[in-house]
Amino acid sequence: MLDRLAIRSFCNQVVSGAVAAAFIVAAAGLKPGCLIAQETAPAQQPIPAPPAAPRPATLPAAPRFVVVLDAAHGGDDGGGKFGSLLEKDLTLALSVRLRSLLAARGIAVVTTRESDASVVPERRAEIANHAAARACLSIHATQTGSGVHMFVSSLPPQDPARIAAWKTAQSAWVTRSLALEGVLNSALLQAGMNVTLGRTALSSLDSMVCPAVAFEFAPAGGQKGEKPATSLDDPAYQAQLAEALAAGLLAWQAEARQP
Amino acid sequence: MSPAMSIVRRIQTWLFILLLVASAAMGVVLWQLRERAHQRLLAGQDSAPTQAPVVSPEERATLMVANDADSSMQPRELTLPLPQDDGSRARVILGKLLDLYALPDATHPVPGGAASIGQVFLLPAENLNGSPAASAPARNAGPAEASIAAARGVSVANSGAGQKNTAAAAQDGGPELAVVNLSSAFVASHPSGIEAETLTVLSICATLHANLPRVTQVRFLVDGQARDTLAGHADLTRTYLASDAMPTEGTNP
Ligand SMILES: [Zn+2]
Repeated sequence: MLDRLAIRSFCNQVVSGAVAAAFIVAAAGLKPGCLIAQETAPAQQPIPAPPAAPRPATLPAAPRFVVVLDAAHGGDDGGGKFGSLLEKDLTLALSVRLRSLLAARGIAVVTTRESDASVVPERRAEIANHAAARACLSIHATQTGSGVHMFVSSLPPQDPARIAAWKTAQSAWVTRSLALEGVLNSALLQAGMNVTLGRTALSSLDSMVCPAVAFEFAPAGGQKGEKPATSLDDPAYQAQLAEALAAGLLAWQAEARQP
Repeated sequence: MSPAMSIVRRIQTWLFILLLVASAAMGVVLWQLRERAHQRLLAGQDSAPTQAPVVSPEERATLMVANDADSSMQPRELTLPLPQDDGSRARVILGKLLDLYALPDATHPVPGGAASIGQVFLLPAENLNGSPAASAPARNAGPAEASIAAARGVSVANSGAGQKNTAAAAQDGGPELAVVNLSSAFVASHPSGIEAETLTVLSICATLHANLPRVTQVRFLVDGQARDTLAGHADLTRTYLASDAMPTEGTNP
């Protein structure tokens, strides 16, 4: 009993010593003030060496109302894994559907990927910023919760006149992003969707200089005691989501046209 | 009795005495080791066991419990024995929160439980407008905290005894940065998704702030290392403000 106690405490000491050493290294790497303090290059001149990425598919833009669709994950980054389904495939499928619907309504669309390709968050924001988009939609999928979750950057809103740092460029657009979220929310509710709204810290979203919303879809229904959930890859469900989003983006375009 | 037998008897006797002395000596050494380890346990903060010692008084704590169904957080009060030192308190309370998430009927299911919280270190809060606000000496400095503070170039006033330091910190009352060290097993098994990951991060921030109001900033490490995201989404490279976690965004009816 005694020796066990002693050995255990001794082991605790050894383990905590090792952990402490790891902490020194990690803490030395922690930069102060990531959330507010500015540390990197301005948004106009993004990352030093933009990694090679597939050419974004661009449709001819008759009116200058461009929507950026960002199918999250891809390539090496599978995103969430839900049984046999991969998030990267689900997001691409919805992005392709929505792009067709928007194109059919005459809206110019820029996508961050059109295939199963790796695109780093910096590159996604770069594509969005280059497009001078009026709306940016980052598409995710999850098995958690139900219906649709929409998120706006949790960065504190900042005066658009200030030159923003790359990592916090979205802060100048947060107010517009919340407005876009509101319009999309109305369209989704009208389509009978269950929607929750929130704020989050996503590196790709935080670097975008456009009204930007992260759109995450979960199975519809399927909560405790309810009917079984709709599968994330159900074509009917994906079509329903795409239709509602297209309607929302059209409403956003109409709102933008007003003086 | 043959001479050979008597020699064997003598050797047996000596061997017996030798072993007896050896056992007694080992007993003394082990006792001393135990005493020393016990002293260190009492003095050290980061080595405090996750299970609060039985002598700790029962206290009230508030857990901010996340709910995936509506992206909300609800406060839940409970009474539990808590250690005196703030860092250990934070660890015990966050452990309770993660124990709730590990239950089969959790409103925000995440496997792992209390074992997922390695340590919680409390440091003077960073001045987010630039240089660290930590010109003041690191208070409440346990051995590892002292190391962190030293790594940040902060002078350390370490008087050794945990209770005394805690009292000094309480008097000081400045804003604090909590560094939460999560286990890699927890991160590896965390459900992927913006909502799920954001709720975990925010409920940890809100729970820390609810019980230690001086904690205004929170940073995360995984097995002592910086990590990009929790499970592919929530950014772990930033300093979270406790105020981020407070206003839970409205939910549609
Ligand atoms: Zn995702």
